[in-house]
Amino acid sequence: MSSLADIVVIAAAEAFRGDGEIFASGMGTIPMLGARTARSSFEPDLMVSDGEAFYVGNELPIGGTNKVVEGWIPFRSVFDTLWGGRRHVMMGASQIDRFGNTNIANIGSWDRPKAQLLGVRGGPGNTINHSTSFFIPKHNANVFVAKVDMVSGLGYDRAAELSEWVQRNHRLPRVVTNLAVLDFNSADHSMRLVSVHPGVSVADVQAATSFELVIDGDVGETREPTADEQAVIDRLDPRGLRHREVS
Amino acid sequence: MSRDKRMTEDDAIASLSDGMTIGIGGWGSRRKPMSLVRALLRSPLKDLTIVSYGGPDVGLLAAAGKIRRIIYGFVSLDSIALEPHWRAARQAGTIAEPVEYDEGMLQWALYAGSLRLPFLPTRAGLGSGVVDVNPSLRTVRSPYDDGEELLAVPAIRLDAAFVHLNRSDMSGNAQFLGPDIYFDDLFLSACDPGHRYLSCERVVPTESLLDEGTFHTLRINRSMVDGVIEAPNGAHFTTCEPDYGRDEAFQKVYATAAANPDDWRAFSERFLQGSEAQYQAAVAEWKAQS
Repeated sequence: MSSLADIVVIAAAEAFRGDGEIFASGMGTIPMLGARTARSSFEPDLMVSDGEAFYVGNELPIGGTNKVVEGWIPFRSVFDTLWGGRRHVMMGASQIDRFGNTNIANIGSWDRPKAQLLGVRGGPGNTINHSTSFFIPKHNANVFVAKVDMVSGLGYDRAAELSEWVQRNHRLPRVVTNLAVLDFNSADHSMRLVSVHPGVSVADVQAATSFELVIDGDVGETREPTADEQAVIDRLDPRGLRHREVS
Repeated sequence: MSRDKRMTEDDAIASLSDGMTIGIGGWGSRRKPMSLVRALLRSPLKDLTIVSYGGPDVGLLAAAGKIRRIIYGFVSLDSIALEPHWRAARQAGTIAEPVEYDEGMLQWALYAGSLRLPFLPTRAGLGSGVVDVNPSLRTVRSPYDDGEELLAVPAIRLDAAFVHLNRSDMSGNAQFLGPDIYFDDLFLSACDPGHRYLSCERVVPTESLLDEGTFHTLRINRSMVDGVIEAPNGAHFTTCEPDYGRDEAFQKVYATAAANPDDWRAFSERFLQGSEAQYQAAVAEWKAQS
């Protein structure tokens, strides 16, 4: 049986299925590993970066330095690419609500935060321009909240109030956590439980979530990596850094 | 022959006045003009408006109480995600006027400033917390058939700009040799002539500028620069690839010292009171001991 981290990595990789020749950008070990695993298995046209300023043409392990540079992507080009829509990012969130509004900026009031976090960073531009998925290593009710303290990434309810263009291009394909896979493919785009990881129940996920999840029909179990995919994951993360993010 | 614009950090800082808007190049804890920031810390200047993709520049200036207003997309030390001095200042409410932007909005604001336009339109920021906390931001409607409503990011014009590059000649034709110029050229272009200060690892003769990099690395020319400061290790402890990487051990000491006032006082006394030469000597001594 696969470890939780391997299942989470393949669930993250699945977010990029069908994306084609765009920039698959992962913030943090597991999102980066997800993008690279997708590219090395079922989505070979994806572009992946070294996390600094270069597109990498070879299969580069996490933390690896022996890279084949296939392109240059300084921050200015990242902005051009994301405003142009040729990108799908998977990032973290300290808070997320039922419509996918996310917060990485601050906890408590913005005027006088209880905890200052990163600031909005690129969240507003990412979510309004292209696909944004999320990886949340600790699924609990403090993260899955009724209302986020600061909207760094737009959810479907906020996007619905903006232009038709925004509604066509705003997309939150999936949320991967240590417990489950979720998306927003429900009638009103509120968060839906797609699958639970082995050993996790639907009730466990609901109990760790402050709002009511959409549960339509039987919720399946998140799949394990195939043998080939497992080999890819092991090659991409020989030191097992993924196990430090979820356990 | 082009003009010799060489000066010291202290010359540059002495030309500034209270309340100015200062743009600081680099990104997070990468290629920050730290020797200029350290000189600013030693000065009596106050009530500043800072514009930055923030790293330890913002942390240090916040800890020193220099910032009245700041326009930023984030403040981070990269390998240490959250800047502890910035956090402490925000949580204590000591920054009078924080202006939080999306990263791309900040680029647009600087670009508009550099093109002398009043604003540039974008979707980035619309519908997000950025417009919730910046009620002065306005939108503009496309005059074409689409009629889309867009965010009008107001131009930033700077009174002063600080950037740190790898090489420059004595007139300010400068070169980045690392992987990214970040937005250093925009910081200089968005600044009125007079206080555009460029520090560099090494001043070289103009005819040597292509010795270490192709012409593509010459993104900054002398018309964008008023003062050139030779500052070896001047970006310390941030990265200055390929000359040196980040001093992670020292960055950790800097970050850890935020935990309590006594530690911070000791850090400040050891590293931040004297001249840039004394800073570099104190760092060398610290390295030898650790």
